[in-house]
Amino acid sequence: MPGKSPWKVAAAATTIVLLAAGCSGSSSEDTEVLPNSISIGIAEPSSLIPSNSIESSGSQVLASLFYPLVRFDANNAPYPVAAQSITKDKTNRIWTVRLKPGFTFSNGEPVVADNYIDAWNYGAYGPNGQLASYFYSRIDGYADLQSKDPDGDGPEKASDPKATKLRGLKKVNNLTFTVTLTEGFVNWDSVMGYDSFYPLPKAAFSGDGVLNKDFEQAPIGNGPFKMKGTWSHDEKITVEKVADFKGTVPKVNGITWKIYQDLGAQYADLVGGNLDIETKIPIENLASASGDLGARLGRTPSSAFSFVGFPMYLDKYKNPNVRRALSMAINRQEMTDQVFLGSETPATSFVSPVLQGAKSTSCGQWCEYNPTRAKQLYSAANGPKDIKISYNIDGGHKAWVDAMCNQIKASLAINCTGVGLPKLKDVLDRVKAGEDVGLIRLGWTMDYPLMESYLGPLYTSDGSSNYYGYKNSTFDSLVRQGSAALTKAESEKLWIEAEAQLVRDMPVLPLRFGQNVFGYSERVTDVTMDLYQKVDIYSVDIAG
Amino acid sequence: MFRYIVRRLLQMVLTFFGATFVVHALMFAYVDDPFQALVGDRPLTDSQRTALNARYHLDEGFFAQYWHYLKGLLTGDFGQSLTGRPIGDMLAQAWPVTIRLALLAIVIAAVIAIGAGVLSGIRRGGAFDTVTLVLTLIVLSMPIVVLAPLAQLIFGIQLGWFPPTAGRDANLYQLLLPALVLGSLVIATELRVTRTSVAENLRADYVRTARAKGLAPRRVIGVHVLRNSLIPVITLIGVDIGVLMSGAIVTEGVFNIPGVGFNLFRGVRTEDGPVVVGFVSILVIVFLVVNLIVDLLYAALDPRIRYE
Repeated sequence: MPGKSPWKVAAAATTIVLLAAGCSGSSSEDTEVLPNSISIGIAEPSSLIPSNSIESSGSQVLASLFYPLVRFDANNAPYPVAAQSITKDKTNRIWTVRLKPGFTFSNGEPVVADNYIDAWNYGAYGPNGQLASYFYSRIDGYADLQSKDPDGDGPEKASDPKATKLRGLKKVNNLTFTVTLTEGFVNWDSVMGYDSFYPLPKAAFSGDGVLNKDFEQAPIGNGPFKMKGTWSHDEKITVEKVADFKGTVPKVNGITWKIYQDLGAQYADLVGGNLDIETKIPIENLASASGDLGARLGRTPSSAFSFVGFPMYLDKYKNPNVRRALSMAINRQEMTDQVFLGSETPATSFVSPVLQGAKSTSCGQWCEYNPTRAKQLYSAANGPKDIKISYNIDGGHKAWVDAMCNQIKASLAINCTGVGLPKLKDVLDRVKAGEDVGLIRLGWTMDYPLMESYLGPLYTSDGSSNYYGYKNSTFDSLVRQGSAALTKAESEKLWIEAEAQLVRDMPVLPLRFGQNVFGYSERVTDVTMDLYQKVDIYSVDIAG
Repeated sequence: MFRYIVRRLLQMVLTFFGATFVVHALMFAYVDDPFQALVGDRPLTDSQRTALNARYHLDEGFFAQYWHYLKGLLTGDFGQSLTGRPIGDMLAQAWPVTIRLALLAIVIAAVIAIGAGVLSGIRRGGAFDTVTLVLTLIVLSMPIVVLAPLAQLIFGIQLGWFPPTAGRDANLYQLLLPALVLGSLVIATELRVTRTSVAENLRADYVRTARAKGLAPRRVIGVHVLRNSLIPVITLIGVDIGVLMSGAIVTEGVFNIPGVGFNLFRGVRTEDGPVVVGFVSILVIVFLVVNLIVDLLYAALDPRIRYE
């Protein structure tokens, strides 16, 4: 080494490093784009197994690979798609599904009743740990597929469930099967529109009830598109059209689901012309989006619902007038305009108004901004002088919670503070412990387009997300009667009555309904999005 | 020399297990109910939680979990992420692009920092020195969360000189802008250290001797001064390699590069303990190896240093 110029050494090292950095860049991956294909931005899906799909990215990809039993029309009423017909008996308990003949999976296997039965049994079996398995919970025998841990989180192993197959699923012939529910439910056909009710081919299973390990990397579906290659994690999923598909044929020949970690990066690619559709424009870019995209910026309603719950276990919130006054003290319109720049809309009902039967103004005067009346009501009811709003800081809620507190302070002349806790779990743990957390920040997205999808989980006494402890037996029985009603009109009527009870009780304070705020490039046209934050892959087309 | 390396390697083994133990303990304390985080607002039944906790050993105690991890590690198995991906595959997919990005950033930063540092060291107080001082202060004061989107907006979208995002199979050109942004993290310190070191060495006795011998100024600066001035800079660059690999969280997010920084960030955010521990294990090894190489380089640069 001595004598050698360090410059020469440095130059040599630099060359080597640059070569190393550059060489593997020219990859052998096929980067050629199918003619007439489009790209849509998503996040990395958490799973591509239908019964494990719980977020919109995976759900969108699955919608291109699979063909559902039912889809929903403009009024959110279900109509059969992969099914020829779906009929029910008088009690709404036994449902008969007839499949359209001639359909095949993309590997050539014909679609038969067993494909549905196998897939649902797999999804419902507790030890498989499928995250969307609660969708099967109305099917007879679901409870027998769940294992019980004898000592909670303790060291003892959970015992195997009593059964491995749902008692309620029976094959009639190759193209017909029946679904028996634990209790009659007139709207069961709507529930079957969800991802977890897709069929799985025989090729998906390596044994009875055992899913092939690699199936998720390249799922085989009965839909209009099939996988091209495998799931390239954190990068992309490419799908191409299935030749002579029997159902509705999409207009584009292929879709590249491009995976992004960051919505801002996705937006940069959309504006830079490297991406055709972004399904969620980040709020930081909303101000410039109308200038960047012009008419290519779209808004459609989504089912997301943001609200704050009142801790019903605390005496100071027991008086409904306190809750009403707080609701009237808030200017929802100002919040959605200024904090959310119009990307969300004010909520003045307890159920998203996009649903059949639900009205956007059902909350009435109590959800209208009226600071004078609010103050009168609040002081007459002797409401607490100091309130808190607890929220989780990992969801970007601080801005609007602070804005809401300022509105409450201004309207009621009381003190209000936002309390940020790390995670939703931390908030809920305090609620469970009965602490004074003040108002609780919460959100909800519906599972199927029925009012029950809000009323049941959020407000019934045993609802899975009724964290704030609202209990009203009249309300509970109205929801239950609605579910058990014999006709859809009747159940709708009972559910509307149930919502009216909520208006009287005001267990939560509705704040905002979400919107899909999406943008697209000049290459594509006819872009629409549904209530589930999914792009309609059948209508989207190449421009020009 | 040989005995020194063996001793260092033994120390590395201890450091490795110590570091992974600490990370494991931190994640154990942090991870609470990751599956609820996975399903968001939706309910999670007890039966599901039981099944998933058992699959990932989350129902067992701390030492049992650490033992599962060690056992897997010794057989080359890093386990599974909470979404069911083998962590070994995730590592294999994430590391190449991060290494390329970090190397490129190091080269860019080192070339600019040493070049400009030497020049301003020679002409201390001159116009060039003042200008670089101001420029490095500006870059130093701009956090990367501002710098990265700004660079993307100006050079990627408005001017269109570079593609706005890179991706996993990015080529040299696509990586250039992210690497520039990433390199700017360390450029300022490297430049200041080079400058001071050059300025100091210019006053040293051996430089006066070299000049007195009548050597050309090029040779005095290029060989005698530079070689001695590089020692602190090389240490700094060695440390920076580790910093850039783990510190690319923001840059990788903005330019959509699915590398190590992004995976770590996602792992922490989704309470994915196995992913965080797996990535950190490899990061620890990288840090240790790079530091060993840097220490060995000292000996090559400075004949006074001998390891035994």
